Amino acid sequence: MSEPVSALRGESYDGHIRVEEAGLRGMITVRGDLSSEAVARAVGEVSGVEVPGPNAANASDARGLCWMSPDELLLLVPHAEAGETLRRLSDALAGEHALVVDVSDARATFRLTGAPVREVLAKLTPADVSPGVFELGAFRRTRLAQVPAAIWMRDAQTAEVVCFRSVARYMFDLLATAARPGGEVGYF
Amino acid sequence: MLILHCPNCGVDADETELAPGGEAHLTREGPGSSDEEFEQYLFLRENPRGVHFERWRHAMGCGKWFHAARCTTTMEVFGTYPAQTSEPPQEIRDRISDRRPGWRWRELS
Repeated sequence: MSEPVSALRGESYDGHIRVEEAGLRGMITVRGDLSSEAVARAVGEVSGVEVPGPNAANASDARGLCWMSPDELLLLVPHAEAGETLRRLSDALAGEHALVVDVSDARATFRLTGAPVREVLAKLTPADVSPGVFELGAFRRTRLAQVPAAIWMRDAQTAEVVCFRSVARYMFDLLATAARPGGEVGYF
Repeated sequence: MLILHCPNCGVDADETELAPGGEAHLTREGPGSSDEEFEQYLFLRENPRGVHFERWRHAMGCGKWFHAARCTTTMEVFGTYPAQTSEPPQEIRDRISDRRPGWRWRELS
């Protein structure tokens, strides 16, 4: 099989924060009744973490669960394991009213690193990203400029942006422009 | 600029994250309805100056529909409530009555 490549092949930009494409991620969309014990158990077993609450992610580096909507989760796994995980999850959810789809190659992920990371996000999104509201581990779907995206606060100086692969170039240019030296606002 | 609280995911969503869905609580007339009823469903809309009920979709967020009650002149939001209802909950109506005594909207008051 051909070699899988990420949308921008790990391109990066160093401004007053560092913007880099985070490379390939295994991503599986899970749709189902999240309040159902059977669904929660199956998803928990396969992912190894508990189902997160609304607008939060329960994930370490490349593994875990992100809350997408009242009936949707995003399961993160290393890219090479996506196919196998999908099979295991489909088996675990057999008989349940649920849907699992491998969306790994339909997404692009960007990692933002640096102290003013909230500022760069705040330039592009209407979401409130201030420290008291957008806490560590928070995961929120919103828009960045003209495209939908999910933003995730990994730690005090790291955020991640997940968007559609088709808009990866737009997203990278957008983030890089917002991170250009001289563009510091100093609000947060 | 409107900020509506999405009752599905619990975030305060900016208007630019939302997609408007037109007037709320329409009765969908189907086969067997009279011409007048069908015209009402398809074409006739409220265009009030004041209290209004609308449908919105959190398009760039959780993707779910919800209802909102707001004032079209002051942009005051009286509240948002789930989409799975054919009329506004009493709590929302009470809040509107507090703020706009004597309000009317279609057959609601």
